Amino acid sequence: MTPCTLFDKVWRAHEVVPETPDTPAVLYIDLHLIHEVTSPQAFSMLRSLGVPVRRPERTLATMDHSTPTRSEQVFGKIPIKLDAAAKQVRQLEQNAAEFGVELFGMRDARRGIVHVISPELGASRPGMTIVCGDSHTSTHGAFGALAFGIGSTEVGHVLATQCLLQRKPKTFAINVEGRLPPGVTAKDLILAIIGKVGVSGGTGHVFEYRGSTIRALSMDERMTVCNMSIEGGARAGMIAPDETTFAYLEGRPRAPNGADWASSVAHWRTLESDPGATFDASFDIDASALEPMITYGTNPGMVIPISASIPDLPGDAVHAKALGYMGFRGGEAMIGKPVNTVFIGSCTNGRLEDLAAAAQLLKGRKVAPGVHLLIVPGSQEIKREAEATGLSEVFKSAGADWRESGCSMCLGMNGDTIAAGQYSLSTSNRNFEGRQGVGARTLLASPLTAAASAVCGRITDPRELL
Amino acid sequence: MQPLKVVRSRTVVIPLSNIDTDQIIPARFLTTTTKEGLGRHLFADWRYLADGAPNPEFVLNQAASLGCEVLVGGRNFGCGSSREHAPWALLDYGIRAVISTEIADIFRSNALKNGLLPVTVDEATAAWLLANPGAEVTVDLAAREVLLPTGAKAAFPIEAFARHCLLSGLDELAFLRSKQAEIERYEAARPDA
Repeated sequence: MTPCTLFDKVWRAHEVVPETPDTPAVLYIDLHLIHEVTSPQAFSMLRSLGVPVRRPERTLATMDHSTPTRSEQVFGKIPIKLDAAAKQVRQLEQNAAEFGVELFGMRDARRGIVHVISPELGASRPGMTIVCGDSHTSTHGAFGALAFGIGSTEVGHVLATQCLLQRKPKTFAINVEGRLPPGVTAKDLILAIIGKVGVSGGTGHVFEYRGSTIRALSMDERMTVCNMSIEGGARAGMIAPDETTFAYLEGRPRAPNGADWASSVAHWRTLESDPGATFDASFDIDASALEPMITYGTNPGMVIPISASIPDLPGDAVHAKALGYMGFRGGEAMIGKPVNTVFIGSCTNGRLEDLAAAAQLLKGRKVAPGVHLLIVPGSQEIKREAEATGLSEVFKSAGADWRESGCSMCLGMNGDTIAAGQYSLSTSNRNFEGRQGVGARTLLASPLTAAASAVCGRITDPRELL
Repeated sequence: MQPLKVVRSRTVVIPLSNIDTDQIIPARFLTTTTKEGLGRHLFADWRYLADGAPNPEFVLNQAASLGCEVLVGGRNFGCGSSREHAPWALLDYGIRAVISTEIADIFRSNALKNGLLPVTVDEATAAWLLANPGAEVTVDLAAREVLLPTGAKAAFPIEAFARHCLLSGLDELAFLRSKQAEIERYEAARPDA
């Protein structure tokens, strides 16, 4: 038999109708995640066609993008500040009730960022197809699932048929070998990969992250890596499941149990690329040579090791526009530049290990005067764990602003934004112009670099404080 | 959906690579629950000054851009988020085709589902288009060709089924729903589905 990639195996298992030259494949979707921003138009479409949700039990809804992070707005009597956001939240409540979809609503203890809560529940599992109207759905590929973001029309297609029309993408092996040096994290690894592959290098492809470095990563770290696949242009990124994956899933509320657990694990063990499987493209990177990484421009591919200088590229208009927006010049060092806000959170770096890493640097230290350190847990569950393990006390003692879960300042939809011209060192995934507020200047880095920079009030190599 | 065969228009050019969906429509405008009226927010942070007045430097605010239905952008147009609000905003403004050397996957898929043509052309054609804003071009979906005023033609690839749906005004969901029996057979054959 021809050796198969992990992607091929998952794809084939979900072909309801294979593709032909004239028609795309009809691909079955195992799990459909829904949130308030990209679903209203899809539910409206169902309503106008008079069509029900075909498999409501394969659909899970929550609210994360436009929801407030202040406790008094989530649990108290203070209303959501933005009328339109409040309307979106009400619309999702109404749609979920009308169509029989399970919703983790505003005050539900299981609420959180959609890409954080599904793994946490054990709902994202190896070999599944998972979609959501959000490009960071690639996160769930950390479990060996084929998971990708879709638009609202496709959300409607999945609600109505539990299927999508898809052309088979190409495969792209990202081979990572070597041990990550101290102070260098999974976030630095994926930023380095995007810097090399480029922001469109993965277009038309599904990444598979492979090699000894990937095998040594925890699930939280693997999710950070897969999360940013889309920043390299790939709709999905996958990691073959292994003992780390099984240990993470065992005992979670929606993971298989009893006899089902053993048979599931036996199946999951077959989900790896066969020896000799070929990929359409590949890229090798040595993790042992990496440094903490930081972006200097207006896309995630404009990234350098933290000790490097900003590239000087005379005649490159796009580079010049990005540096103009950021208020930087070619040749300048990144270390020592002032920061105004530090944001630790998002579906990229809002998990417990990320918070623990930040706490490691913040313990016994104070946030620099004039710096706002905003820490937003990825889910209410993570918030409770951080409070139970004392991390939140470390944050509060350091002078950080500790909030309820949500997407928050990653995209600023809920009003958590920074002012024009201000610098935000952020553990999120996109440094696009205006992403964190009109005129806001975003620098992407790891939770360690974020915490170190919050303490010093300027961009700081975390290895100096470790 | 109305059938779409040809877009013939002058071009408006934004000569930047990696134009992301946060630029096409910033996240603060995604709190809508409908698709309508997003054209006024298209490229909002480039198009309007801090006081809300039109930025005269931005190409969409220049007289020559009025009525243009073809947008030419640099490489990797539409990268970033999955928001379908990006093609909705472009269409509501009046853009019917986007031309680049490379178009991001999710944006491309969203565009095709709404009758916005994602057109990827070779480097030489793209360079000519970027250097000649306002050129009258014809995007011919049936022929899969862009016709330049010089008489030059550039072929573009487009997924066969999406093209068929656009040319005949068919809805992809109707096709998917016609596969009901196959979907039921698939679910029956997979005990966990």
